Amino acid sequence: MSVFRNVVFVAAIAGLLAGIVLACLQAYATVPLILKAEVYEQAAGGHEHAAAPAAPAADAGSNAMSSAAPAPAAAAAPAEEEEGWAPADGVERFSFNVLSNVVTGIGFALILVAFSEFAGGIGNWRQGVFWGLAGFAVFTLAPGLGLPPELPAMPAAELLPRQVWWISTVAATAIGLALIAFRRSLPLTVLAIVLIVAPHVVGAPQPESYDTPIPEGLHHQFVVAVTLTNLVFWVVLGVVVGVVRGRFTGQSASLRDSFA
Amino acid sequence: MNTASVSIGASASSQSRFLQLALAGLLGIFVIGFTGFSHIEAVHNAAHDARHSMAFPCH
Repeated sequence: MSVFRNVVFVAAIAGLLAGIVLACLQAYATVPLILKAEVYEQAAGGHEHAAAPAAPAADAGSNAMSSAAPAPAAAAAPAEEEEGWAPADGVERFSFNVLSNVVTGIGFALILVAFSEFAGGIGNWRQGVFWGLAGFAVFTLAPGLGLPPELPAMPAAELLPRQVWWISTVAATAIGLALIAFRRSLPLTVLAIVLIVAPHVVGAPQPESYDTPIPEGLHHQFVVAVTLTNLVFWVVLGVVVGVVRGRFTGQSASLRDSFA
Repeated sequence: MNTASVSIGASASSQSRFLQLALAGLLGIFVIGFTGFSHIEAVHNAAHDARHSMAFPCH
């Protein structure tokens, strides 16, 4: 199991570093926006409660046959959050965020390292940049087109169909990019483009209503912040994999200059 | 091509290498599934900010 052990070793270091970098970026770029959105969420759940139910009630009346579920689900969401355990605001919340980012980073790193080893491996930091950009395109850009990063209290379709769409889009985009990069054939490249476009033709699950207490500007800021912090995360992840793996295998970096 | 000489564990038989790489990839998918897709309330709340900030489908 030496291959497995080495992959896990490289992925653990890369995920740890990239996860910490991402958590620090989030602390300054995205988490403040989430906290702002939670103020709107609570305001909508508390003060406007008397006024708000008018719309969902009318909604539920007209859609009773097709889907009565979304309205109660939306109403239950804020209450649900108060019930379950959640880290206390402040240091605890930040610590759990760092931990989540590191664990998620290691998960992404495992996928990145395993996948890239099939293609010869990430030999140096520069190849790492390109692999990182590919990971960014697959895991952030492609799913983010159909399902933009959401703030709390944003309207969204039911969770499961969105998760299915997210995973399918990631898989299709990954296969598409791999076909373009590693099979130098025109028909397969055409197929790759079709694969990359297809999930967006099908379309991501959309919410019943787009009503939200979150201001448009706040959401736009959040989308930009998430996209850019994830770009940095993926490039750091790829670069660290390239550097650690290079040290590890003891090969000179110039052995393979082409990343494809 | 000298790809084989730079790859991790090139000395392992190709079948065993494939299996181990696939296993590592699956482990990664499992980890992401846990932090990003779990429906368990406590896991969701613990990873809440990270989930939103990585644009996983949430709530």
